[in-house]
Amino acid sequence: MFGNFSNVRPDELREAAYATLRMLGLSIMFTVVLGLLIGILLFLTSRGQLLSQPVVYGVLSFVVNVLRSVPFVILMISIMPFTKWLTGTSIGVEGSIPPLVVAAAPFFARLVETSLREVDRGVIEAAQAMGASSWSIVRRVLIREAGGGLLAGVTITAVTLVSYTAMSGVIGGGGLGDLALRYGYQRFQTDVMFVTVVLLVLLVQLLQSIGDLLVRRISRK
Amino acid sequence: MYRSRAGVTEAIRGIDLHVRSGEIFGVIGHSGAGKSTLLRCVNLLERPTTGSVTVGGVELTKLSARQLQRQRRRIGIIFQHFNLLSTATVRDNIAFPLRLAKRPRSEIRARVDEMIKMVGLEGHGDKYPSQLSGGQKQRVGIARALANKPEVLLCDEATSALDPQTTESILSLLLSINEKLGLTIMLITHEMNVIRSICDRVAVIDDGVIVESGEVIDVFLHPQQRITQEFVAQSGDASDEFTSGLDGARRGRLLRVRFKGEMTYEPVLFEAVKETGAVFSILQGTVSRMKRVPYGHLLVDVRGSNMDMDRIVERLRTEGIEAEVLS
Repeated sequence: MFGNFSNVRPDELREAAYATLRMLGLSIMFTVVLGLLIGILLFLTSRGQLLSQPVVYGVLSFVVNVLRSVPFVILMISIMPFTKWLTGTSIGVEGSIPPLVVAAAPFFARLVETSLREVDRGVIEAAQAMGASSWSIVRRVLIREAGGGLLAGVTITAVTLVSYTAMSGVIGGGGLGDLALRYGYQRFQTDVMFVTVVLLVLLVQLLQSIGDLLVRRISRK
Repeated sequence: MYRSRAGVTEAIRGIDLHVRSGEIFGVIGHSGAGKSTLLRCVNLLERPTTGSVTVGGVELTKLSARQLQRQRRRIGIIFQHFNLLSTATVRDNIAFPLRLAKRPRSEIRARVDEMIKMVGLEGHGDKYPSQLSGGQKQRVGIARALANKPEVLLCDEATSALDPQTTESILSLLLSINEKLGLTIMLITHEMNVIRSICDRVAVIDDGVIVESGEVIDVFLHPQQRITQEFVAQSGDASDEFTSGLDGARRGRLLRVRFKGEMTYEPVLFEAVKETGAVFSILQGTVSRMKRVPYGHLLVDVRGSNMDMDRIVERLRTEGIEAEVLS
């Protein structure tokens, strides 16, 4: 079915794998920072929480929902001017980071919000009663107590980003997905497609295992 | 120390309460009566719509958010469900308020050691809350609450999630801390036994209003309100005798005697009766102690003349003992 893998060129494969890892690494980094910020803000401003601001929450929540409902391929294309303005290019690894982050950060923000809601209200109250400021509560209580959930969220987001990076092949983002698309789909070289898909599966497995391991490590309950 | 007058439809209203420095003050009420709200008003976890809260001479209701944070460090609090950081060790939990107050590292370490010793958790410092029993968790809660040397400790149903034996040990820990450190303690509970074993004064709260308050012994021996009588009865030490079933046993006249303090252990009743030549038998009664005050109440069947009875009652009253002829 796949012949003898004669179409697979190791150097090209290596380059694509490297591009995928770079896209993934950079986009996870920015997504986590941005998503954590938005997620914490969502949590704090929601009704009954520390900074209870229903209007701010409503607006933020709406923006997050809009970004999450746009299919990634469309989002990628529609923010191209923004991408170009930000990075100077809309293709390649650099050009794919902004759409990846814009798509994944709202997703991760919701996971953060959900994790923070899991934190025992009583513990937050105890910290308040001990004279902790809102910032101290975020840093010393929320992030700490929700640590396991947050890491699980990072893992889920990272896995989602793997499939997004594959899609960014459409706009010449490069990487394994791009390779699979160009050779496997457009040139009917199924062997190339097979190898890239196997690599992507391995990548996802690896990310999930690392994530699970870290979650187990820090949630010592 | 604490005073608040809340407005219209709130959970609590018309509360005018003063907790004295160094005492253990108990608030008892059924769930939903507003006792938790009342306690949470003391450190303004709940802000009263009207009225003021003053702790240690500082009117908390007038402070800015930042000033309030600072003042809250003078008020420790422990909870029914402990509310410990589940991801932090015992040591880190106790160190939490000290880190908030930005104490130097070496001081934190020394203070945490001291607190662990005080609450009797030596050897458990590196454990996580999930590895501890309920009683041990509450000890961590107490250590955390006291780490910053507060002047006041609030106890929000601190023993309600614990079994009777553990409750006992936590209560005696609180009592010893109160005596050793001169710490003012305000606690809320729905168990009369908690009030009885460690409180100096008590307030009974019902439907958001304080219906009765005073020295524990007085409230205990002379409960005025129905709800207070229920709480006293619930503690298994009713001062309210069931006289109806005793008619068959009675030969003479029924006398109720109540005493408290040093008098409790004196043979006053015996002497009073002996003088008259009458005899008596005890039909019902309790002699016990409340915190450290001994008290007793007896239902006595006195066999003698009416004159004897009058003399006995008078003699008892001059000794400062309450005596009442029931029939």
